[in-house]
Amino acid sequence: TPLLPDYEKKFGHNTNLVRSTNMENLQGAYLFPEIEKREADHARKYPNERVIRLGIGDTTEPIPDIITSAMAERAHALATFEGYRGYGAEQGNTTLRKAIAQKFYRNTGIKGNEVFVSDGAQCDISRLQMLLGSDVNVAVQDPSFPAYIDSSVIFGRSGKFEEGSGKYGNIVYMKCSPKNNFFPDLSNTSKTNVIFFCSPNNPTGNAATRQQLKQLVEFAKSNGSIIVYDSSYASYISDGSPKSIYEIPGAKQVAIEVSSFSKFAGFTGVRLGWTVVPEELHYSNGFPLIKDYDRIVCTCFNGASNISQAGGLACLSTEGFQAMMNVVGYYKENAKIIANTFISLGLKVYGGKNAPYIWVHFPGQSSWDVFNEILEKTHIVTIPGTGFGPAGEEYIRLSAFGHRESILEASRRLRSLYKWKYM
Amino acid sequence: MSANTSFHPLLIEASLKAQKKRADFCTKVPRNVNLEKLRNGYLFPEISMHELRHVEKYPDAKLISLGIGDTTEPIPEIISSSMADFALGLSTYGGYRGYGPEQGNKALRKAISKIMYKDGLVKDTEVFISDGSQCDITRLQLVLGSKLTVAVQDPSFPAYIDSSVIIGQAGNFEEEARKYQNIEYMNCGPKNSFFPDLSTTSKTDIIFFCSPNNPTGHAATRNQLELLVEFARENGSIIIFDSAYATYIKDDSPRSIFEIPGAREVAIEISSFSKFAGFTGIRLGWTVIPNELLFSNGFPVIKDFNRIVCTCFNGASNIAQAGGLACLSSEGFSAVQSVVDYYMYNAKILVKTFAYLGIKAYGGTNAPYVWVHFPGSKSWEIFGKILEKAHIITVPGSGFGPGGEEYLRLGAFGHREMILEACKRLENLFI
Repeated sequence: TPLLPDYEKKFGHNTNLVRSTNMENLQGAYLFPEIEKREADHARKYPNERVIRLGIGDTTEPIPDIITSAMAERAHALATFEGYRGYGAEQGNTTLRKAIAQKFYRNTGIKGNEVFVSDGAQCDISRLQMLLGSDVNVAVQDPSFPAYIDSSVIFGRSGKFEEGSGKYGNIVYMKCSPKNNFFPDLSNTSKTNVIFFCSPNNPTGNAATRQQLKQLVEFAKSNGSIIVYDSSYASYISDGSPKSIYEIPGAKQVAIEVSSFSKFAGFTGVRLGWTVVPEELHYSNGFPLIKDYDRIVCTCFNGASNISQAGGLACLSTEGFQAMMNVVGYYKENAKIIANTFISLGLKVYGGKNAPYIWVHFPGQSSWDVFNEILEKTHIVTIPGTGFGPAGEEYIRLSAFGHRESILEASRRLRSLYKWKYM
Repeated sequence: MSANTSFHPLLIEASLKAQKKRADFCTKVPRNVNLEKLRNGYLFPEISMHELRHVEKYPDAKLISLGIGDTTEPIPEIISSSMADFALGLSTYGGYRGYGPEQGNKALRKAISKIMYKDGLVKDTEVFISDGSQCDITRLQLVLGSKLTVAVQDPSFPAYIDSSVIIGQAGNFEEEARKYQNIEYMNCGPKNSFFPDLSTTSKTDIIFFCSPNNPTGHAATRNQLELLVEFARENGSIIIFDSAYATYIKDDSPRSIFEIPGAREVAIEISSFSKFAGFTGIRLGWTVIPNELLFSNGFPVIKDFNRIVCTCFNGASNIAQAGGLACLSSEGFSAVQSVVDYYMYNAKILVKTFAYLGIKAYGGTNAPYVWVHFPGSKSWEIFGKILEKAHIITVPGSGFGPGGEEYLRLGAFGHREMILEACKRLENLFI
């Protein structure tokens, strides 16, 4: 690799460590810090404008009292002899694990001991990659949450990035678009060891139907693949679509499920999530994945914060859960407003019903151009679809998190920008 | 369970044939060969398991744990109330916070660079806040990759070796030597003042070095660290320096590798609020990557670490970080230092006890661990003897590497009365 101008030997000592080729293969920055950077640059350029953030999916509404008081109590208790707690179980607090199983996996047979509490899905995705190792190959939806691809590159599963196609070598990209109801054509999908699947989907907002998930499980079963199913947005489902892959018979033998308190409890900063690894999930030699995942969790992790876990438990009480669903409802109402705005402007809009993301199609236009136009002219931050994969070209993702009046103001600005343009 | 039960690491791995028969469906995904290389479970869950079995066997014996280094004393109120206040603030419009910067809260990064690293040794932008050292070790391995070679102290904290195996840097485990191939084990014992003989140490890309040391308790001298930095410079290696116990140092041993000139170009430092502030359950730590640390092609390591932190992590809990900031206020810092002093007094009592018994014990003066030597013994057997006869849990030295055979690690964490009771029982046992 040629020395880049910035990195000349200005400090007088290079170590002899060869930089990891996996890290070299990574293209550019992770998507969300890149969006943040542009947001910050824009705010500096227009210090008097009110920038509205519909880009990074960051929750904005306060956490209900019942949950924060549980966390505050736990914090105070740490100052007492009876209440002090040191290391917790790396797999998570037993009561919380049981509560997650009972609340979210009631009729699926998933037990508390199959639930591993974590500090969030982004971290869990990497821990799962650590578990599976670099000799497996992966398939991802296109478009999809960038951590699946980026972590796969970091773990050595990919070849080089191909500028032409916008894809990494050796990763199978399963296109999801309106033409195929946002579900990949499995008859044309290459076999891989691992399939990342997110539903409700980030960024398209599409919730897979029971029929579609049955096909996915069948596909995985016949290929001997493992599905890593991301259900972080399940609490946003409005239409009876499956909330967990384990609603599909046979899924326990082929799927891991990853989820999070981030978008359903506003825990984006508090950090809490979980991963389900069923006991029936086995490697080709019969060894149960759950044993290896347990080993990873004990060696590469040391448990989620006990205060966050106390908050998580409060979220799953009857009162807490209701309070949280009210906040989810608030964001869903935001999503409706944004979706209706674009529909009224004559644009094709997807998502927004089962997820806090709205996926808008701008035919024939580069997604970065649309992103820049919206940012420059209305001071609204969105995310260009290509950030989620090549099939995101021509699309923009808007997130529905924000105070109601910001959402209404955004709607006004967009109507004014695109009045008549797409009618 | 018979009285002759031998104590040994409990193998978690089940018979594969039996597994395959029981499973009526297996995927076609091959098991990760790196995980297959791992011998036994991770050390500390193994110890927990022995603890549980013992409590079942002797429900009336008051088991005293000097095993897993878990803090026991309450967190000072000034710190716990700041966390409680922050949590309550999340219910208000003014106090609600979503995603924080993945590198950590700016004020906390500044406070760490100012308070834990005097005289501008470290810049705030070089400090990355995390949910603890155990997690950071793995994240560093991710940055550095599977093609590099590592050296570890022998004995050492098992996460360095285990993470190295998991990431694919190690070869197979050699039963005879009790070492993984391709890892350089640097023996540290009384004969070499607990500092490796670098003249006979092979060159490796990475050198894990923990000081004050877990499990031996030895704090490396300035001279020793100067040799280490020079060795790394000559070989083009990177030192990963674990300073989790720095606040336990009582003499003038260096508290950070960056006190050594030239270290910024060859070292990364990891540290933690776990043992310094009782945050073992709250989860907070940090890693320092100097700007001057470069790969062979001149690319700064800090850029790759930042990329990993943004992609494979999402920041430490904001409530934990609020607590961290309170720990670094002047009132908070003295309060946590008092708790550290409490544990060090425990260590003093333990050291005195072994001196009285005529048993050689090391450490306990700059770290909350006492490293006790039972010449000619097998560490798991001594572990078993003390557990059965005195109902005290310790950690057998061989859990930390073959250099730990004949030794036992005792932790100095615990309520004072437990430590005193433990010493009484040890005196009865060994007198």
